[in-house]
Amino acid sequence: MTQEEICTQLKAQFGEAIAALSETKGDRFVVVKGEKIVDVCRFLKTTTGLEFDYCLDITAVDWPARKIIEVVFHLYSFAHRHGLVLKVETDREVPSIATVESVWKAATWLEREIYDLFGVNFTGHSDLRRILLPDDWVGYPLRKDYQEAGGYHGIGNERPDPLVQLSKVTDEKRKAIAAAVAAAAPAIVPAPPLGTSGPTPPPPTPLAPLAPSTATTTATATATTTAPVAAPAPGPERKG
Amino acid sequence: MELDRAILRRTDRSDEEIVINFGPQHPSTHGVINFVTQTNGEVIRRSVPDIGYLHRGLEKIGELVPYPGYMPFTDRIDYLAAMFTNEGYAQAVERLLGVEVPLRANYIRAIAGELCRISNHFISIGSMSQDIGASTPFTHALRERESVNNLLEELCGARLTFNCHRIGGVAYDLPAGWGDKVLRFLDHLDSYIQEWDRLISFNEIYVERLANVGVITREKAIDFGLVGPNLRGSGVKWDIRRDMPYGAYPDFEFNIPVGTGRVGTVGDCWDRYYVRVQEIVESSKIVRQALAKLPEGEIAAKVPRKVKPEAGEAVGRVESARGDMLYYVVSDGSEKAYRLRVRTGSFMAMGIVEELSHGVMVADLIAIIASLDVVAPEIDR
Repeated sequence: MTQEEICTQLKAQFGEAIAALSETKGDRFVVVKGEKIVDVCRFLKTTTGLEFDYCLDITAVDWPARKIIEVVFHLYSFAHRHGLVLKVETDREVPSIATVESVWKAATWLEREIYDLFGVNFTGHSDLRRILLPDDWVGYPLRKDYQEAGGYHGIGNERPDPLVQLSKVTDEKRKAIAAAVAAAAPAIVPAPPLGTSGPTPPPPTPLAPLAPSTATTTATATATTTAPVAAPAPGPERKG
Repeated sequence: MELDRAILRRTDRSDEEIVINFGPQHPSTHGVINFVTQTNGEVIRRSVPDIGYLHRGLEKIGELVPYPGYMPFTDRIDYLAAMFTNEGYAQAVERLLGVEVPLRANYIRAIAGELCRISNHFISIGSMSQDIGASTPFTHALRERESVNNLLEELCGARLTFNCHRIGGVAYDLPAGWGDKVLRFLDHLDSYIQEWDRLISFNEIYVERLANVGVITREKAIDFGLVGPNLRGSGVKWDIRRDMPYGAYPDFEFNIPVGTGRVGTVGDCWDRYYVRVQEIVESSKIVRQALAKLPEGEIAAKVPRKVKPEAGEAVGRVESARGDMLYYVVSDGSEKAYRLRVRTGSFMAMGIVEELSHGVMVADLIAIIASLDVVAPEIDR
């Protein structure tokens, strides 16, 4: 059956709840009213001639400008070899639609993933927990306005650039680094050992000068303060 | 005395249910997956997969990099069958752009893909026998797989993360004399598969361990949305290559092996296993035909450097080594995808584990997981 025919049959059954087949480029889709989605799905699965027995995929798309989250159903029929894309629009602030678990068992995990990554609440779901992310994760990462938290249980999501630490540090730079560190955190950094030391200056090994400052501040802070000072030399940037 | 008391304590508890974390680091979970398993002695009450340890946000990355730049990331979705993850993504974007892929490129995709399928299935059937307790077949399987990987390395420079396909075609033409090497390997492979069957497939102990274990009925397989060899193992003759032909596949003749319950029930672990063994033979047939018919011509269509599809959405579906793989790409007319969704076979397969785990033995759970051929990065993406 062609998508138009399926759409006509759906419209005959559900009337207003079914919008017209979209005219978009690529795959076309049908927008269904949220409260009718379970009925529509069951109708598609059980009606002779349609028999959409295969729930290929359920996913979501976030549209902040339109203030909605679209839940997208890709359905297919093994028996009749036809497919259909359904979309349900739900309010972005309190996204919620009924679960179609009772129609296809495959929906259980697919809906859990949407709940996890988009925060869509599937009412009546048997096991609505986060699936990919830890239970105490904050936010829904696949939303467009998701802001990464600074870290997770002390695991940062940035690390010092290892190339900066390995690059050669000259005497001049070392003084500049010490000054920058002192300026950045005067309270925590004690009198810098560099330049004020006794008769013999320490041998210029590349890694040594960073050690004292690493001990006083965190490794991240060292790297970030080092970066702007060392910048004039051909950039020790991370490979892109 | 102390020991006696300890033994007594243990026997006293023999009726107690305990919860075991089977994973996340366990040799037979095929990657970093945790199965939270509630058991009473050897019998499992239920086992709930806990996934997400390898979640790298690959769908989010798809929204952050331009279309061509996402190709290397697709390799990381399924590192054992990266040719298909490449191809599915390329297909989805090509459909958005309306680009026609040259015939030669499609043939190269089919050749590379089927070799990759052979490589993947060797890992699958080899590690399965390893999980069951037979170590020798694993080494044999790895040896054969090395040969395939050598061939693929010669084709595209990488052994696992191929990054071989491009939007509109492929990156590399076949190297000179490569086809002959492939044919020589396939000659060896066809005779080797018979040896493999003698070595392990019909080995009595192996059959005893797998027959009638973890039976997935046809209805259940469809209901849970299983794909690929897991679906075909349950007797559903469904293969995207034949039923929704793409690329060069309409030009080839091959069979779709399905589970028949040859040693037990339709849809048991052995059926799923043997579908994969047979698919190696079918892939070999396809590669032979493709090499024989390989047309001349371009290997990539002309695609602008800045890929900017019109607003719209498209689906790319390929028959990956783990089955029907779906890429859903939504474009808003910019250089980056607005939304990129990857629906993978392993994710669907994991969804059925809890259902199958009720009342099975602990050792059978391992057989079930192995027979589903899940790959952790593909589940978590």
